[in-house]
Amino acid sequence: MALDLVPVWTTLLALAVFHYVVFDGFDLGVGILHGFVPENARAIVMNSVAPIWNGNATWLVFGGLGLLAAFPLAFVLIMLLALVFRGVAFEFRFRNPELRRFCVRAFFYGSAIATFAQGVVLGTFIQGFKVDGRHFTGTSFDWVTPFALLTGIALMFGYSLLGASWLILKTEGDLQRWARRAGRVCLIAVLVAIVAVSIWTPISNAEIARRWFTWPDIAFLAPVPIITALIAAGEWYALTRQQELTPFLGAVGLFSMSFIGIAISLWPMIVPFHYTLWQAASSASTQAFLLIGTLFLLPVILMYTAWSYWVFRGKVHGEVGYH
Amino acid sequence: MTLDAVFLSRLQWAWVIVWHILLPAFTVGLASYIAVLEGLYFFTGREMWFRISGFWTKIFAVSFGMGVVSGIIMPFQFGTNWSRFTDATADVLSPMMAYEGLMAFFLESTFLGVLLFGRRLVPAWAHFFAGLMVAFGTLLSSFWILSTNSWMQTPAGYKLVDGRFEPVDWLAIVFNPSFPYRLLHNVTAFYITTAFVVMGVGAWLLRRDRAVEDSRMMIRMALNLLIILIPLQIVIGDLHGLNTLEHQPAKIAAMEGLYDTAQPMPLTLFGIPDDEAATMRYPIEIPNLGSLILTHSWDGAVKGLKEWPANERAPVALPFFSFRIMVGIGFVMLFIAVAGQILQLRGRLWDSIWFLRLCPWAAPLGFIAVIAGWVVTEVGRQPWTVYGLMRTADSVSPSLTGADVALSLAFYIVVYLIMFPTGIAFMAGLVRRGPQPQAASERVESGLPSGPFKGATRTASDS
Ligand code: HDD
Ligand code: HEM
Ligand code: HEM
Repeated sequence: MALDLVPVWTTLLALAVFHYVVFDGFDLGVGILHGFVPENARAIVMNSVAPIWNGNATWLVFGGLGLLAAFPLAFVLIMLLALVFRGVAFEFRFRNPELRRFCVRAFFYGSAIATFAQGVVLGTFIQGFKVDGRHFTGTSFDWVTPFALLTGIALMFGYSLLGASWLILKTEGDLQRWARRAGRVCLIAVLVAIVAVSIWTPISNAEIARRWFTWPDIAFLAPVPIITALIAAGEWYALTRQQELTPFLGAVGLFSMSFIGIAISLWPMIVPFHYTLWQAASSASTQAFLLIGTLFLLPVILMYTAWSYWVFRGKVHGEVGYH
Repeated sequence: MTLDAVFLSRLQWAWVIVWHILLPAFTVGLASYIAVLEGLYFFTGREMWFRISGFWTKIFAVSFGMGVVSGIIMPFQFGTNWSRFTDATADVLSPMMAYEGLMAFFLESTFLGVLLFGRRLVPAWAHFFAGLMVAFGTLLSSFWILSTNSWMQTPAGYKLVDGRFEPVDWLAIVFNPSFPYRLLHNVTAFYITTAFVVMGVGAWLLRRDRAVEDSRMMIRMALNLLIILIPLQIVIGDLHGLNTLEHQPAKIAAMEGLYDTAQPMPLTLFGIPDDEAATMRYPIEIPNLGSLILTHSWDGAVKGLKEWPANERAPVALPFFSFRIMVGIGFVMLFIAVAGQILQLRGRLWDSIWFLRLCPWAAPLGFIAVIAGWVVTEVGRQPWTVYGLMRTADSVSPSLTGADVALSLAFYIVVYLIMFPTGIAFMAGLVRRGPQPQAASERVESGLPSGPFKGATRTASDS
């Protein structure tokens, strides 16, 4: 009982959320790009994610339920804030590939709206929200702030960058060239957004400013922008050359730097500026009960997930298949 | 009854869960059926199994997608609408739901990808294995979510600290008193529901002389399952009721419309319950039968609702009527299964037009019974969310206003009224197309099918 499981759960959940962001991120991104690709390539674009998107989305469920189990107070507060998740509910209906023939544009709108909603939630989360005791006291429209709208749009470009690099990996010829161009546009937008957010955050939030610019935090933080800049340069290079896998890795790299930046800014708060991880944690017995199973199940899940990616490896072709 | 956050949140929860439960009720059974078909194909190599399996797998894909769509918003509502409930119970309930995600959802969604798109990319045994894993996943899902719900009905293994539930004994929590009955009764219900759909579709196709061999096999398989499961379900239902009598006597009183404690207790077949006056109007009763069913003795006593203060009574009308609908359907189903068996034994099944005509009409029966049963369970539990310990009125998020919930409820109503008819119409299109002959041996050397759903969508679209 003496064992403190909070750091373990923090790590596990951070990894789960990151996994979600990368994996569902690329298929949401593919969904957004689907709205822009040439008509004749749409089927291939769709097929590049069809067998796997469902498994990817499941990480969101796991992230949500894991948060509920390990840090229930945070779950309760953050979900209230996520009343915008109405939008997400929307997405999961319209992104259903089985139904796409009924509405060709649905895949695009669903993905775009869901991504935007996630970005808005993220922005509102970073800004902090109204909490009184164990209860959320804001209104359902607290998310309509310029900062949150900016993060919403930024995430759309971010996911599209992931999506474009996924398409580079899974396609060839004209479509691949198209994806490289789209990737470059998104990269520029993402970099603009990162800079904007990095300037805006400390200005609008004294607490974060204090963390960023005081010793010793500044020492932890300083490498983040430098590495980010290096990765961005590499990503541009990869997008303009013949590289196939590197653009994807670069995009993941950019996401991990942003992720680390946020983590450093907020640690150890899980409900920004109200509750720390320890204060929001569930009972030790709850965390232990779930951890035992998780440690067995996660490797198994990762194994069969990897297997399914292996099954569907290789380029997606338009021609082969059921005739 | 004002349109406050509590009432609207309940309405919203009921709206989304009733739609959601329709899909597990179908997919749990269908996943197992597909696994059986895949197994038969794997071991016998007969083309017929391949066709039937392919046919139902496409329908499964659509309903599974709808299950995920309607399921994902469920847990999030705990945070948005029921935050005080969640805050109080999370230490006990949340790991169970997280286990559902870990054990079931990943398994289902990953292997579904292989089941749907991997036929030509993996060896035959791996495809069969994928079918098994999807079926297994749906059962695990039922296990954990029903355990969660059962704990709310019959809480065990906890201690109350400052109004929050703390876990003490995990085994007692997971295997709480009503759980085994609820799990058995539900899984059996899901299998029955699916069997009626399979039988209805088979009969519909047969009446149109389509895929004759396949549809006959579907009808026969369904009939043979039903003749075992329906009597079993009635027995389990009875045991479930006895368990409820022991742990939630007020719910039984509401289900039976019993306001005054009675010994012996008659069985009320029908009547108009009046909560205000706490009396049953125009009752049609059979003397002593209630005692016989509930206490298994001729003149056992059963407590009436008046034993509880008025603010601890469930509203009677919904559980009372829903219970009668469920049990009534149970006996109608029994009749259909027995009639079908008799026809089959006499070798007259394929000439009995009336029976084949009846089957498609019987296809939705399982769904109605499942919803009716859940309304009994959940409304009969009122006014508690955690039976006897936490009130529904104290469960709702404090910051929610009626207007907030009205907005989100309106949204869900609109979205579901678009989504479900669309999905159902799509599945109906697949049914109309019927099982298709496909060359099973044909393999693709590399890459993915050009249109994963091309086969599925050919009739539904113009291309
Ligand atoms: C095909 C569906 C189906 C059929 C034919 C029946 N049931 Fe049922 N019943 C359900 C599907 C169902 C269910 C939807 O699965 C419920 C809802 C909650 C639960 O645990 O199971 C349920 C609940 C439920 C309850 C409530 C238990 C509680 O809330 O504590 C009782 C007492 C019964 N059933 C009894 C019966 C009896 C005596 C039946 C005999 C004909 C019967 N059921 C047929
Ligand atoms: C899947 C089958 C289920 C159905 C059809 C169902 C149905 C319902 C209905 C109709 C209500 C509204 C009751 C009322 O307004 O009087 C309700 C309430 C509720 N149910 Fe269920 N339920 C199901 C399973 C569950 C499960 C598995 C859980 C928990 C994990 C759950 C938790 C709740 C909660 C929190 C409420 C709100 C409080 C209340 O009004 O009782 N339900 N349910
Ligand atoms: C008797 C009650 C329930 C049963 C038996 C049940 C079972 C299932 C099953 C089998 C699935 C897989 C999808 C499918 O096959 O269609 C599913 C999906 C889902 N259910 Fe339910 N469910 C019930 C009620 C609930 C409730 C109350 C919640 C909310 C806490 C919930 C949350 C979910 C979620 C999040 C999904 C989607 C998961 C995914 O695959 O990504 N379910 N449910």
